[in-house]
Amino acid sequence: MAKKLMKGCEAIGEAAIQCGCRLFFGYPITPQNEIPEYLSGRLPQVGGTFVQAESEVAASHMLYGAAGAGCRCFTSSSSPGISLMMEGMSYLAGAELPVVIVNIMRAGPGLGGILPSQSDYFQATKGGGHGDYRVLVLAPSTVQEAADLTMEAFDLADKYRNPVMVLGDGLIGQMMEPVEFKRRIEPEELPEKSWATTGAYRRAPNIVNSLYLRAEDLEQHNLDLGAKYRAMDSEVRHDLYRTDDDLDVLIVAYGTVARIARTSIDALREKGLKVGLFRPVTLYPYPSEALASVAVRAKHVLVAELSMGQMVEDVRAVIAGRVPVDFYGRVGGMVMTAEELAEQAEKLAGVPA
Amino acid sequence: MHNELILAGFGGQGVLLIGKLLAYAGMKAGLEVTWMPAYGPEMRGGTCNCTVVLSDRQVGSPVSNRPHGAIVLNLQSIDKFEPLVRPGGILVVNTSLINREATRKDLIVVPVAANQIANDAGSAKAANMVALGAFIGASGIVDAELVKSVLAETFAGRPKIVELNYVCLSKGVDIGRTFAPALAGR
Repeated sequence: MAKKLMKGCEAIGEAAIQCGCRLFFGYPITPQNEIPEYLSGRLPQVGGTFVQAESEVAASHMLYGAAGAGCRCFTSSSSPGISLMMEGMSYLAGAELPVVIVNIMRAGPGLGGILPSQSDYFQATKGGGHGDYRVLVLAPSTVQEAADLTMEAFDLADKYRNPVMVLGDGLIGQMMEPVEFKRRIEPEELPEKSWATTGAYRRAPNIVNSLYLRAEDLEQHNLDLGAKYRAMDSEVRHDLYRTDDDLDVLIVAYGTVARIARTSIDALREKGLKVGLFRPVTLYPYPSEALASVAVRAKHVLVAELSMGQMVEDVRAVIAGRVPVDFYGRVGGMVMTAEELAEQAEKLAGVPA
Repeated sequence: MHNELILAGFGGQGVLLIGKLLAYAGMKAGLEVTWMPAYGPEMRGGTCNCTVVLSDRQVGSPVSNRPHGAIVLNLQSIDKFEPLVRPGGILVVNTSLINREATRKDLIVVPVAANQIANDAGSAKAANMVALGAFIGASGIVDAELVKSVLAETFAGRPKIVELNYVCLSKGVDIGRTFAPALAGR
């Protein structure tokens, strides 16, 4: 397929269709409305179903039903809407159901504002709903990557029978960039799900459930989930930019901020400063080993986020005091400029390690 | 080659559309491109703008606070964006709706009566095309023929609209070109 110029939101919608998803349940909220808008037109064309639910809570439980019946399905929302879906998320994780949830983050807390933010990192990577559970979290930095990672999210969800979150922000969702869809899978080509509740014709019934009243059973369930989450560690991925030499400053950033950081780094390199970028692509599992191996070659680490400082806690845990870790954030929907971030890094470079 | 451009006007003047056409033409020319609409609260006041970045390398930030050029279709937009354009940049000013001159002396200012020209050509709705043409004529940022081919694709099956937009784009390009010598050697 030739490259098309698409909004991040539209690319996510098309990516879902290209990898065989035919069901969407959601409720409108800015800045991700182009996902449901796009799918409300596209899904009926390919024999799919678009459902505008009565609320985000309802949408999250419609996912439970559809995924339990073995269908590829997904939803998208933005921060306050994702909070409402957290009940469903916990049930989906407990019942081990493969779904994809897209969060195009806006600024919070509360209703907050509609402009880009990365302040749902904690919610996405540390739980969000109740109970001991984890979801894979993928953070695209370009529209192409938003499409690629959405397609991958469906495969990972099926592989681990687990919810997978694609975590973008208003900038990734609203921006247009060229995008190419690299593969196409029809729903009937997807592997069969032997555990799904598809009608127990000539076989024993399957049960999809998250209720275990006996402590012994629930402990075993938690242990099994824990083993699964450890297996998910093998899915870590990251991206490096200009980190070949020993560094004055290593910038750690994901999503939108990572692409801004690339511009900052080019400008600083022209000034002769050795600055590079470590970009986690998976936020859970976190690419800890890879980060540590690059960070030890740096005099300073600068974590930049559109938040008051969330991912920086994971970075500090990884680096464990070996290198000084500083933080720079903009919040409320303000997006840092490349110059602003470069200035922060330059200031740090002048500080003795 | 790296150009960050802001296109601004009232909602309904078609600034998002000409931004998309420019980005699409840039993509066809083999450049890296981004198009980013302002979608925040400023939109609720009726003004509208987008940032287009055309570059020969991967685009970092898709928003700009120091654009290399701007197209401003109304008064609020010139007030807001004229101060931001980098020295030596191009500022296309829609004189049909902006009743003041640009104050910056370090810019290449391209005044164009976009609404009037479009109206004479058939519909004032195509004023955005005149302004886009003027910018392309002055800057040479993309080949106007590429924009025409994108237009034909965008409005496939609506030959009258394509024709009107072609005419308006071409009129803008002709005006813009007269400012191109000022840019030579830059």
